Amino acid sequence: MNQFNTFLASFKNLTTAGYLFYGLGLITLISAISVVTAKNPIHSVLALIFTFFCLTGHYMLLNAQFLAIVNIIVYAGAIMVLFLFAIMFLNLKEEDEEAKTNVTKMAAVIVGGVLMVLLLSIFNYAPVGTFNPASFDAKTGLVERLGIVLYSDYILPFELASILFLVAMVGAVMLGKREAGDPHF
Amino acid sequence: MELTILVIKSLVILAVFGITLLIATYSTYAERKVAAFLQDRIGPNRAGPFGLLQPIADAGKMFFKEDFIPAQANKWLFILGPCLAMLTALMSSAVIPFGDSIRYASFDVPVQGIDVNVGVLYVFGVVSLGVYGVMIGGWASNNKFSLLGAIRAASQNISYEVALGLSIIAILMMTGSLSLRHIVNEQNGFLQWNVFTQPLGFVIFLTCAFAECNRTPFDLPECETELVGGYHTEYSSMKLGFYLFAEYINMFTSSAIISTLYFGGFQYPFMHQVHDALVNSLGSTVGHNIATGIGTAVLFGKIFFFIFFFMWVRWTIPRFRFDQLMNLGWKTLIPLSILNVVLTGAGLLFDKFKYATWLIVIVMIVLAATNAIKAPRRKPVAVPQV
Amino acid sequence: MLTNRSKQVSNKEMTLAERMYLPAVLGGLAITIRHFFMKKATIQYPEVKRYLGPVFRGHHVLKRDEQGRERCTACGLCAVACPAEAISMVAAERKKGEETLYREEKYAAVYEINMLRCIFCGLCEEACPKQAVYLRHDRMVPVFTERDQVIYGKDRLVEKLDDRYIRNNPDAQATPTEPTLSRSVG
Ligand code: SF4
Ligand code: SF4
Repeated sequence: MNQFNTFLASFKNLTTAGYLFYGLGLITLISAISVVTAKNPIHSVLALIFTFFCLTGHYMLLNAQFLAIVNIIVYAGAIMVLFLFAIMFLNLKEEDEEAKTNVTKMAAVIVGGVLMVLLLSIFNYAPVGTFNPASFDAKTGLVERLGIVLYSDYILPFELASILFLVAMVGAVMLGKREAGDPHF
Repeated sequence: MELTILVIKSLVILAVFGITLLIATYSTYAERKVAAFLQDRIGPNRAGPFGLLQPIADAGKMFFKEDFIPAQANKWLFILGPCLAMLTALMSSAVIPFGDSIRYASFDVPVQGIDVNVGVLYVFGVVSLGVYGVMIGGWASNNKFSLLGAIRAASQNISYEVALGLSIIAILMMTGSLSLRHIVNEQNGFLQWNVFTQPLGFVIFLTCAFAECNRTPFDLPECETELVGGYHTEYSSMKLGFYLFAEYINMFTSSAIISTLYFGGFQYPFMHQVHDALVNSLGSTVGHNIATGIGTAVLFGKIFFFIFFFMWVRWTIPRFRFDQLMNLGWKTLIPLSILNVVLTGAGLLFDKFKYATWLIVIVMIVLAATNAIKAPRRKPVAVPQV
Repeated sequence: MLTNRSKQVSNKEMTLAERMYLPAVLGGLAITIRHFFMKKATIQYPEVKRYLGPVFRGHHVLKRDEQGRERCTACGLCAVACPAEAISMVAAERKKGEETLYREEKYAAVYEINMLRCIFCGLCEEACPKQAVYLRHDRMVPVFTERDQVIYGKDRLVEKLDDRYIRNNPDAQATPTEPTLSRSVG
């Protein structure tokens, strides 16, 4: 009860950004939960898209404009469109969702539970970075800084990631290639 | 003091919003007129003088039609679709710099909704969301043709977004900034306009803009000959109106972005001389504001030209086939734009030379010419005279 | 080959220039923009009317002869010929003293054409043995908005003496209509 009171007290002297954060956090959680609980897969995907938007909002609050926009372009704009695309093609309906066997349900519960415990323990032990408002540079998240960091300190991982993409692309081309004798669609 | 800036700013935003809507409204009228003139007709001329009230008549008609929701449709998503289309269409004009700045007392307020330093990316983000309106509406209609239209829209938009993004990377390399205002300011001087430094990039961007707006020749999502009405087969009344309207807003925004990225935005030749003359004769506030006004008018001139160009193309070129569309996007535009990026980069590294991509253009013209000369002549086949 | 503009098509491999689409696109744009500035063929119909030719089949008229007598003898051939069954009539016998009004001994006391049914085929004109019914080439049946305007009786069909109808009238070059309910003329 005491804790709750201190929480309430701290809630009262939040800044605008703080209120925004809590509001956004609440919406994020609700939409994230509805991703899992939605019966209709399309609704689930739409909720996921909405969750991405909320995450973009969080990035905005952290003044990470580049990350925010890229999150929209890549996740909401491209990947989720493909998700939606695939699900629309399958045209899943609530009715013809096959009943999950108990084994799958159990497996899902175990995997989810383990993941949750893992995350909780990580958050418990991981050092949460503190920041000094006096020396904090609000421009860290802007695109120029990000580019400089990416192309100097992290150049190797960056290039490795691009090679990974290249490999994935080549793989996709190989898979999609029509060979002689393949049926013609 | 803060307040004055805020007031001017909100006035600018309101003006941008209103002008967007107004231009989109009259684009529908312009579309009919242009179509008519290109087809040797006269077009609407009964509602008001020169038919100028036609858009209002259309809107009235749209409002009073029956608002039908199919029984098997997913009701909420069916309503959400057109709303999303409209929303995303309206969002992108926020970052376009419509003019230099308005001077009031001692402030300079830029004529722009918001000046974010990732303006280009913002536009891309919004554009990539535009497809959701079509997809959700098409799927929610519970109609095979709508679904096919939606799927076409999705695959087309995703394919052309890649080339669209790649084609302007060259500009970003030359400017070194993602802010649209920066890009405009960089193009001071007629020959500095990006259309002259990036001819190939411009053509690719233009093509992709057509595809992103779902305009002919890339309007496969609403291909009447194959899909009845495409994704909006089941729509009626103002929901259909929203979809159609969103298309015109998209057209306006893409015209604005093309003018901004490639045609110097609000810049025009001898702008600085005009500005200085005005400031000298009318004082630094009034003169500057008038100069800004001229710049804005020039930008709108460019925008109108491109809107006209969109229509001109629509009534000239027949629709692509879907495989042609995909081939063009993936096998032509994307490699070309990568080549464009590489060559521009090479030119910039080598002595900051901006006009490197003309090389591609010249090579392509030469190749095409030699190829055309070498190609076997088409022998006219003897046709039995009837 | 009606026009000399037919083009041979072939399935041969396209050249690079053709595969670039751009030359063809520019060519197409040039063609359409030329049409943009061409004179338009449109005639602003209710205000401007064009001469539809001497064979246009418009408003019916029941002719009078040179002495102003009605020519129709109510034989009913037109009604029989009419594919739309638009014509009906009631015959009557000419009384003494009516010789200046009716040319034949039997005349149509009532002669009605239902303009909603009529398809302006002109078969009545063909069928008439007395050259009594004609379809004017210089006048159209005006638009009607009420049902009782639809049946045209003799009052509206019989030729007015001050408005005689001549088929090959060189003066009747325009095809004016009666004032319609639509927009103002001018
Ligand atoms: S108009 Fe001619 S065909 Fe018809 S009833 Fe009269 S005379 Fe006979
Ligand atoms: S024009 Fe034809 S349809 Fe009309 S009344 Fe004469 S015969 Fe009948």
